[in-house]
Amino acid sequence: MAARRISSLVSRTLPLVSRGGKQTYVGRGIYRYSTAAALEDPIKPPVSVQYDKLLINGQFVDAASGKTFPTLDPRTGEVIAHVAEGDAEDINRAVAAARKAFDEGPWPKMTAYERQRILLRFADLVEKHNDEIAALETWDSGKLYEQCAQIEVPMFVRLFRYYAGWADKIHGLTIPADGALHVQTLHEPIGVAGQIIPWNFPLVMFAWKVGPALACGNTIVLKTAEQTPLSALLVSKLLHEAGLPDGVLNIVSGFGPTAGAALCSHMDVDKLAFTGSTETGKVVLELASKSNLKPVTLELGGKSPFIVCEDADVDQAVELAHFSLFFNQGQCCCAGSRTYVHEKVYDEFVEKAKARALRRAVGDPFKAGMEQGPQIDAEQFEKILKYIRLGKESGATVEAGGDRFGSKGYYIQPTVFSNVKDNMPIATDEIFGPVQTILKYKELDDVIRRANNTRYGLAAGVFTHNLDTANTLMRALRAGTVWINCFDTFDATIPFGGYKMSGIGREKGEYSLKNYLQVKAVVTSLKNPAWL
Amino acid sequence: MNGNMEKAWMRIPDIKFTKLFINGEFVDAISGKTFENIDPRTEEVIANVSEGDKEDVDLAVKAARQAFDHGPWPRLPGCERRRIMLKFADLIDENVDELAALDTVDAANLYSLGKAMQIHHGAELIRYYAGAADKIHGTTLKMSSELQGYTLVEPIGVVGHIVPWNFPTQMFVMKVGPALAAGCTMVVKPAEQTPLSALYYAHLAKQAGVPDGVINVVTGYGSTAGAAISSHMDIDMVSFTGSTETGHRIMQAAATSNLKAVSLELGGKSPFIVFDDADVDRVAPLALLGCFFNQGQICVAGTRTFVQEGIHDKFVDRLLEEVKRWVVGDPFDPNVNQGPQVDKKQYKKILSYIEHGKREGATLLAGGKPLPGKGYYIEPTIFTDVTDDMTIAKEEIFGPVMSIMKFKTVEEVIKRANGTKYGLAAGIMTNDLNIANTVARSLRAGAIWINCYFAFDNDLPIGGYKMSGFGKDMGIQALHKYLQIKSVATPIFNSPWL
Repeated sequence: MAARRISSLVSRTLPLVSRGGKQTYVGRGIYRYSTAAALEDPIKPPVSVQYDKLLINGQFVDAASGKTFPTLDPRTGEVIAHVAEGDAEDINRAVAAARKAFDEGPWPKMTAYERQRILLRFADLVEKHNDEIAALETWDSGKLYEQCAQIEVPMFVRLFRYYAGWADKIHGLTIPADGALHVQTLHEPIGVAGQIIPWNFPLVMFAWKVGPALACGNTIVLKTAEQTPLSALLVSKLLHEAGLPDGVLNIVSGFGPTAGAALCSHMDVDKLAFTGSTETGKVVLELASKSNLKPVTLELGGKSPFIVCEDADVDQAVELAHFSLFFNQGQCCCAGSRTYVHEKVYDEFVEKAKARALRRAVGDPFKAGMEQGPQIDAEQFEKILKYIRLGKESGATVEAGGDRFGSKGYYIQPTVFSNVKDNMPIATDEIFGPVQTILKYKELDDVIRRANNTRYGLAAGVFTHNLDTANTLMRALRAGTVWINCFDTFDATIPFGGYKMSGIGREKGEYSLKNYLQVKAVVTSLKNPAWL
Repeated sequence: MNGNMEKAWMRIPDIKFTKLFINGEFVDAISGKTFENIDPRTEEVIANVSEGDKEDVDLAVKAARQAFDHGPWPRLPGCERRRIMLKFADLIDENVDELAALDTVDAANLYSLGKAMQIHHGAELIRYYAGAADKIHGTTLKMSSELQGYTLVEPIGVVGHIVPWNFPTQMFVMKVGPALAAGCTMVVKPAEQTPLSALYYAHLAKQAGVPDGVINVVTGYGSTAGAAISSHMDIDMVSFTGSTETGHRIMQAAATSNLKAVSLELGGKSPFIVFDDADVDRVAPLALLGCFFNQGQICVAGTRTFVQEGIHDKFVDRLLEEVKRWVVGDPFDPNVNQGPQVDKKQYKKILSYIEHGKREGATLLAGGKPLPGKGYYIEPTIFTDVTDDMTIAKEEIFGPVMSIMKFKTVEEVIKRANGTKYGLAAGIMTNDLNIANTVARSLRAGAIWINCYFAFDNDLPIGGYKMSGFGKDMGIQALHKYLQIKSVATPIFNSPWL
């Protein structure tokens, strides 16, 4: 299934080189001959902003300070809306609402079946509003509309249905202890969960966090990324329409150092889950440790290797490696950003990877057939261009791209570096942009050592049809996900998370429930038990 | 029954489906034969239903086999099976009135209860298993040598479900739900007394998008169609709910044919134990419901009411008050607690047990007679002074007959409660923690209800000890009986850990 899912993902967003051997995008997307007209005239989004306030206790309210911040269209840098800017006082209000909803109910006191029904109804409502939600997501984040409408919103729906199905299947154990004892474990909701999500997949990250927390009966204060506050507010409105009681999910839009920090150090928040950079992850963990020792789930950065073995079909490997890095403008924590290619196929691979990057269709994400939109904001845009400069200065070869794309918005040319060495900044640091770095290797042992020689350990790609090689690599790589002949397969059932400084804990799958449950052991002494 | 009342509720629903459902189509039996479907309220024929036999079962199995070996169902991702099953559940909810009426006219299930709860519960169970369809986990293994080992959890294949007549809806969804989630295909034989709702469910499943051949329904008799299923060489598993007697035959047929896997949910003679500290006002109505619900036609019915001597007389008095308020009549009437027995055979069998009780010296506290007029109605019947060796204390009556027995100590009641070939369920009525825990572990029964009874839940597995059967229905355990485990091992080289 995984293989099928990925090919459908690829075929929806990208031309598949292997399909019929024809290059589908020839003549259309070669950016050197410009699609500047499209960029100068951004397509008007088929949606309007309805919700721009904080969501606290079931009501959309202004920030206590009355302040707002602009959320920008990454295609143009222009203001989409002014959004209420939450700060510590708003976090306090939201936590109080969540605490009340947890302590007094009805949410945790409801039957699991009823919680399931509300989540299922929510999934149905999102499905009904698919295009509207997708359009808002594209507008706010610069992600391709086709990707949002055909992949991410449907994935969001599947995630909520998946977690809905867990609600009434959360099983503790009865346990045989040494002695005349009846022992059982109760899996109880942990309480008020504080969740902080990033801007690269606003909706999908919402589902990864909110889905399991709600299924387990918790209440939530969610801080969205300041770059992308809009889609969470829209879907939360639908979640309340589906029957979610007030106070169960509270959303505070705002900035990390203010609202985010207040949430992390709050004494009445029982759990934190954060997805974002490793740097911020450290701060989150520190604030949790300094306040009330709340447990923390972290899903952080990566510099994931994509290893092309000597037996690889180069055309297929190039396409998958390209997808693994360039998908979502390269703004994926698990992006295959170190492409290790066996020396036997290296030259052919570099040539084809370059050709593929040159063919990548960059433009307005609302336009059909595009493969790449703008980066999220000026800060990221500048950071990526800085790394491209560093790559050039450190002696790597620019095979494609290497500069901004057009003159407006945060578009960057799909960029490919070859002759990259392990110690170059473009090979050690997370760039979070459309910059592929290709490295050569000779021996399997050597590539294992080099692939693991990073502080990160989020994911890895392996491209081979050799069973022994696949089995060796799958165990040897120190990463939370190993994709073999596929990449970015984000099924609801598959756990995701990092080794090393890529994070703590796992999201998705059954494993994610653990993040939002307390285990209580109940021990009762027995009189005259029939058996032990 | 009040014969003067104008019975607006005494209606026969429009019956849409009376043929076999094979490979997505309603078809006549190959023989062209039909059998009469009787309304137990009036003893009148309400429909003629296709009578499936061996040849029809063969066709159904062929369709199921084709759907399993080559069809999309087992090959769909779990989340797609879930989507279709959720749609199926929504369709059940949308057709509650009609489905409830079919079960009332067929099985005499109370209409108001069916409409308000039971049919919805069917939809809920389908949703429960829909949610399980993408949570069927195998394991990766800790091997003791340089091997990568893992288990694949695969659907078992073509399943034969043989279901009883007491709760047509519950029995259908209880069998079909987990098998669908597992990715199996199936042939369902509903009881000959109650074929109607199963055909309706098959129609709804098709509407929801369950592919043709995945669910086939062959209506007919146990000795013909049922026997053909249990001895079929191309069915991988048979799941049966019904009498212990038929359970023997099913298992034997499986043994002498292709050794298909067997799951049996059979009869019971479940103890309902009332301890001295019990609150009589709460427990007496519960005991009554636990025995007389659905006319006593429920395998887990609490038919042996053990009452501790200190509370015995008080309990019996309270019970007598309760039973006077227990209304027998047309199951469409919203004020009625108890409808007719399902058919003449059951009706006669129950009356003969009541005679045994009287003859063997039990004291008839209440009831003991059929109701005059048409239909298979029997008074709620309570015997006191019952001893363990009386027929009514040993055999499954499957009717509204309660046997009250006095006991002294906890040890005594454990021994007597376990003194049966059955082991399906038990009720424990006490607020004493130690008694509750001791008795719960001591009783050899598959479901123990403490200060409650009939506490069925989607997540709670139900199934018997001893001759009440093996294999669980409901809960995740039921899903796993429709799955089988394949272990896979392959050498690995240079693994950094083992």
